[in-house]
Amino acid sequence: MFIIGELINGMYPHIALALKAHDKAAIQKCALEQISCGADALDVCCGPASKDPLIDLPWLVEAIQEVTNKPLCLDSGKPKVIAEGLKAAKNLTIINSTTADQEKLEILIPLAKKYKSKLIGLTINAKGIPQNKDQRLELAALILTQASEGGFPIVDLYLDPILMPINVAQGQMRDILEAIAEFRMISDPSPKTVIGLSNISQGARPHSLINRTFLSMAVASGLDSAILNPKDKELVDTLITAELILNKNIYCDSYLEAYRKK
Amino acid sequence: METPLVLEKWPGVISTVTIGAKKEEGGSRGDTVKVGGQSTLPLLFKEGSIPHKPRIAFEISDIAPVDFEPELMTAYGQVVNDPLAWADTCVNKYKAELLCLKMQGTHPDFGNKSPETAAKFVSALLSRVKVPLIIIGSGDDVKDNLIMPACSEAAKGERCLIGCAVQDNYKTLVASVLADGHSIIAESPIDINIAKQLNILISDMGLNLERIVIDPTIGALGYGLEYAYSIMERARLAALSGDKTLASPFICFVGQEAWRTKEAKASPEQGIIWEALTATSLIQSGADLLVMRHPQAAGIVSNYIETLFKG
Repeated sequence: MFIIGELINGMYPHIALALKAHDKAAIQKCALEQISCGADALDVCCGPASKDPLIDLPWLVEAIQEVTNKPLCLDSGKPKVIAEGLKAAKNLTIINSTTADQEKLEILIPLAKKYKSKLIGLTINAKGIPQNKDQRLELAALILTQASEGGFPIVDLYLDPILMPINVAQGQMRDILEAIAEFRMISDPSPKTVIGLSNISQGARPHSLINRTFLSMAVASGLDSAILNPKDKELVDTLITAELILNKNIYCDSYLEAYRKK
Repeated sequence: METPLVLEKWPGVISTVTIGAKKEEGGSRGDTVKVGGQSTLPLLFKEGSIPHKPRIAFEISDIAPVDFEPELMTAYGQVVNDPLAWADTCVNKYKAELLCLKMQGTHPDFGNKSPETAAKFVSALLSRVKVPLIIIGSGDDVKDNLIMPACSEAAKGERCLIGCAVQDNYKTLVASVLADGHSIIAESPIDINIAKQLNILISDMGLNLERIVIDPTIGALGYGLEYAYSIMERARLAALSGDKTLASPFICFVGQEAWRTKEAKASPEQGIIWEALTATSLIQSGADLLVMRHPQAAGIVSNYIETLFKG
């Protein structure tokens, strides 16, 4: 599982403060803590705290890549902000994200190609959130076709089925899990799959239990990557165990430690 | 139309273990032996890098051998009664690049030598021959914990490969190996889960994973070789996929297993063939170090390796 750490996000008050004061050390500390807990990449999001994301996102990118060469997941709904982040990035990047809307795909696919960035495609469009599996698959196919026609390598495309909060869309959970399994079958080579895990427990509780239960089910459905809180040790332990049960790693009595030694 | 080869690209690589240290490295060996370092499965030269060939170590002991078949005794002759001269013969006559010394004479049933006597033998052997050494205990855990620290210390700085650590008895050996700058053999009973666990236990004591060689335990041809083969293959696949806790080279004690079989005992020629075939099969499952007994079998396998690696 490719773990993308979610904690550098202006939504969190201490990150918002650090962003406001351009306190590099606080951001770097958050980056290194996530990596030491197993993050393979870091999501970087200015969030609502930023008055000028065109300046703040590149600043965050530069601060983080001073202390790590892990890939950075540039998180913004605005293509212009993403473009600024890409310009500043020396590390590998993942664009987070495009929707299935034509005007976004037309900008972000060439941009991802130009910067050799991976790309997250949300199966959502201006009409709204998909209500079932078939709508997700339809939007996934649209993104995939557009990427393919644009000469973007499909193995670098991460499709996100849009994970809804459990207390909002309980009826959709099975559709989401099935969508994860079926996205992989849309093309050969397969696109990858990603979810923003914490969405599922927004407004519900206990967060951590809901998150890790869904994650293990998603892993069993073939999920490749998740944006999550790597500092939640029980969550990461559950992930490691789920992958062990799926025979992705060889068992030994210290398998949790063994995974972290990787 | 020619069908293109499907080549796999692996993210992992097997660690490289160096045995022996030259004068400038703090030892006194004439040369060193490197094993491991592969980034692909055995012999798939087009798929990845295979920087080091499998190597043969001649098995000797600190006393006249106690479990050698008559054919093996005949092959070496009277020289086996003088272990230092036996070592000499392996190096000078049979061109051994590595010796595997078993401290058989320290076993309570075979002489019960003291740690001091054992250490003296190791020192004498290091002066007598200049090839790198693998040193293993007699297999009696309690006694090994007494004599192996002494043997390790006697060879301090020579970067030997020292064994065998097992899941229930590894701490003393790891401490010695750490203190004296050697590498270690981690032995597991044809069990990949234990092999992985033991590597973690050893590395938790501060010995780098890069200083471990796995003894997966093998069976001879006809006696469970395929079990060892599948364990080695599975460990290698995991290692190449990125599992560093299994990315160690393999050592296989071929001679002792092959000569135990009734087929090997049936006739001298058959014994040599049995040992050679057990070794060549294990090369194909990923063996990096082969500990062998019959000089002719070692010769056959050595030619086989040269032919395979000619490219």
